[in-house]
Amino acid sequence: MKALTIQKQAIAGTIESSDVQIIIDQNPGKGIEIELKSSLEKQYGRRIREVIEETLANLGVKEAKLVVEDRGALDCTIKARTIAVVHRSAGITENYDWEGIEAWNV
Amino acid sequence: MERLRRAMMFLPASNPGMLRDAYIYGADSIMFDLEDSVSLKEKDTSRFLVYQAVKTLDYGDTETVVRINSLDAGGRDDIQAMVRAGIDVIRLPKTETAQDIIEIEEIIEEVERQCGREVGSTKMMAAIESAVGVLNAVDIAKASDRLIGIALGAEDYVTNLHTKRSPEGQELYFARSMILHAARAAGIAALDTVYSDVNNEEGLRKEVEIIKQLGFDGKSVINPRQIPIVNDVFTPTEAEIENAKNVIHAIEEAKAKGSGVIALNGKMIDKPIVQRAKRVLMLAEAANLYRKGEV
Repeated sequence: MKALTIQKQAIAGTIESSDVQIIIDQNPGKGIEIELKSSLEKQYGRRIREVIEETLANLGVKEAKLVVEDRGALDCTIKARTIAVVHRSAGITENYDWEGIEAWNV
Repeated sequence: MERLRRAMMFLPASNPGMLRDAYIYGADSIMFDLEDSVSLKEKDTSRFLVYQAVKTLDYGDTETVVRINSLDAGGRDDIQAMVRAGIDVIRLPKTETAQDIIEIEEIIEEVERQCGREVGSTKMMAAIESAVGVLNAVDIAKASDRLIGIALGAEDYVTNLHTKRSPEGQELYFARSMILHAARAAGIAALDTVYSDVNNEEGLRKEVEIIKQLGFDGKSVINPRQIPIVNDVFTPTEAEIENAKNVIHAIEEAKAKGSGVIALNGKMIDKPIVQRAKRVLMLAEAANLYRKGEV
């Protein structure tokens, strides 16, 4: 799919149980930086970062700063919140590239 | 094989915890709502949540349904996401004419072709929520082969009629009868509206008894606590199960003997009796009171 670019600060998700809240912003010249807060950081921290990084790579995002607050979200929820926050930040609100998303999302 | 749809549980698509736990409560169908229960500013995030959940989570035998937004409020993206995710049924809100169905069906078909899903594999269901919709129920029910059922949405409907809901439900008799007849004429399921007072279990039970007696296949529920009550009302009694088993046994015996006329306890068994017996056994099986093939 066509690579998406982080253009403005955006937020998706909540801090309710089973959810994850992600705030994303530009990060010029510094690649991907993730600040993670999770009560399960020790057990799942690496996995949460992995899911977010993979999803960002699939969306073509190379530079972004993220603040992530996890409340025990499943992988599919983390993925959904990441896709949503990137689209919000890129200013896309309709007519998503579903074919592009589908191509890597199996 | 006909499928049971006794309780269809509504849940807001914006809540990841509910999406995860939805299948454990024993509803025959679960309906992820992208429409009225999701605020305008969370349509995008909710759509991605359901898309990812349906792709990833195993809902087992539970039928997955999604209520989409109208086409001018994100419905097109809803259809793209849901068809690709592999949802079983797309539910249209506020259906008024057969044309409403046809319009959505065209988009579903387009997406099925784009993503390589079998054309026709995504089913549809229509909620009827206005006087116009009720009067057009027959045309709506017959508008597409994809339709598996039509449902009454009573809150908008009673507002449209200039009345409100009552415990006895007189105000809904015409709509319920129309929807039921339209569904039967089209050979699809008829589903009743929600019962909003979650704490009134007696009231819910009475309403389910009314719609079951009318002939409805099931009811929409808004809380997991309502599911066992709906399922209980739809569960046949021991005597009904015994009688149904005897009917099936009698026709099997007659078949084996090559006999044309079948009687049980001196009464002739004809097609409607057999059909009713089969449905009783299906409902009994769902309640774990009967095992398939046991007569």
